Amino acid sequence: MTAGQEPLHFHYDVDGNNFTSAGEASVQVKRMLRQMGFHPDLIRRISVAMYEGEINMVIHAKGGVADVYVTPECITVILKDVGPGIKDVKIAMQEGYSTAPDNIRALGFGAGMGLPNMKRYSDDLKIDSVVGVGTTIEMKFLSA
Amino acid sequence: MIVYKHSVSLDPEKCKGCTNCLRRCPTQAIRIRNGKARINSTLCIDCGECIRHCPYKAKKATFDEWDSLDREKYLIALPAPSLFGQFANLDDADYLLQGLINLGFSEVFEVAKAAELVTDYTRAYMQRMGDAHMPFISTACPVVVRLISLRFPTLRSKMVPVMPPIELAGKLAKERALKDHPELNPDNVKTVFISPCPAKVSWVKNTPAEKDCYIDYVVSMSDIYFRLLSKMDRGRIPQVMSESGMIGMSWPSSGGEASALMNDHYLAADGIENIIRVLDDIEMGHFPDLKFVEMNACPGGCVGGVMTVENPYIARVRIRSLQRYMQIQQNHIAIPEGEPLPHEILTVEPGEYSSAEILDADRMRSFRMMSEIERIRNLLPGMDCGSCGAPTCRAHAEDVVRGESKLDDCVIRMRELLRELERDDGK
Repeated sequence: MTAGQEPLHFHYDVDGNNFTSAGEASVQVKRMLRQMGFHPDLIRRISVAMYEGEINMVIHAKGGVADVYVTPECITVILKDVGPGIKDVKIAMQEGYSTAPDNIRALGFGAGMGLPNMKRYSDDLKIDSVVGVGTTIEMKFLSA
Repeated sequence: MIVYKHSVSLDPEKCKGCTNCLRRCPTQAIRIRNGKARINSTLCIDCGECIRHCPYKAKKATFDEWDSLDREKYLIALPAPSLFGQFANLDDADYLLQGLINLGFSEVFEVAKAAELVTDYTRAYMQRMGDAHMPFISTACPVVVRLISLRFPTLRSKMVPVMPPIELAGKLAKERALKDHPELNPDNVKTVFISPCPAKVSWVKNTPAEKDCYIDYVVSMSDIYFRLLSKMDRGRIPQVMSESGMIGMSWPSSGGEASALMNDHYLAADGIENIIRVLDDIEMGHFPDLKFVEMNACPGGCVGGVMTVENPYIARVRIRSLQRYMQIQQNHIAIPEGEPLPHEILTVEPGEYSSAEILDADRMRSFRMMSEIERIRNLLPGMDCGSCGAPTCRAHAEDVVRGESKLDDCVIRMRELLRELERDDGK
């Protein structure tokens, strides 16, 4: 990043009342990154991780906001909600662990791969969660 | 870079510059400039949606015209299975096949017959590749192949490389004709595909020069419809000719190709907007247990092609009643388990990936452009009315930044500015 240049910022509201619209923000981000010429594999990593985050916010927190900051070297995705919070982040990070309700599982979600996938596909993952207050997740992706 | 040859084009005489095609184009490849539609050929995928929706018939598809075919040649008709859904009260496929002979073809080779072999090859291919590479994506619809090549680079390796039924039909038809009639000069044996859509024309036109092309002409179903109708004689028992089973005849309806694989973990999507959504979801790792994905750009499958005559849902019902007394599958491949598939039938390769949407080859420049696009988009009303000639306000912002149009081409914005001026005058 050349000194003094602000990262590009995109803001999305993730609607918690409409399950079918979950994933819209990641599709829009994907297109934008393609227009800026990022590598397809990087774009896929970002869209998968962001998609998982979006779904999580809709399932557990009645929605939230997504902010994406882009520089030529690094893409940062910040997902913020005012949901129930995560009791034990360590347990939540285990593959297959899920607190999703049955009706969500019936749709094929809630396999307990959300957070593990976000970790796998990002270069850095920070989770800041307080029970009863909300969760903020920050993911960084480095453009090689 | 290879230049892609299209089969959808514009007749500027007929174009009124309305916004019907503009809004319907799934890749935003159309702009209205100087009162006429213009198609951006790097983005166009030849899906034919603009032909479907143009009220002035200004969008054309390139086909070989029936009258231009050289009748001196040994012409082999390759009827698409969707053709069988175009005619009422057809209780036997042979009436139609006999009609093609009466029309002047020397021979007929059903594409449905080749489709059954493609089904077998696909089953064998999936078996040999194993679960790790799932889901496999059908390559029978050329629009899907081009769409994936342009926009879904990470899914390219999932495409089934088996040649599509039309190509296999052309190959087998020529081989059979030359075997049965050794006296024929191979140059005089010509195949004529009877097509439901323009995308198949593009597919034939874009066969790389170094590869054999087994299709010599593509005529449209609507061109041949009335000529064929008058040659179909229901009063006389036709020769027994049909060589397709139920499976081959199920291909033109959405879900037919996938269900023939005898594998329950499949998805079948149809309609261009729907398949784009499905591809986005697959790319994001949704649908983990999926094994096969069938996609058709036209609503209902090939029966919904823009060059068909009949409503796709009626065509589907007719084909279903025709299938009732057919055997399940008439054509099989004979390759022992574990043996590799013949190289000559694994011909499908995705086109070269070059992001057609990229703003600028220079990353820093494309960054500046993107931030400028965001700034301009915030100045626009967000109505997506299309009056500026771009399909959405966002697309207009891109065009302005690319230097292809001016911010003030937005009539809504101009009207607002005018009102402000009037208010100021009134003070």
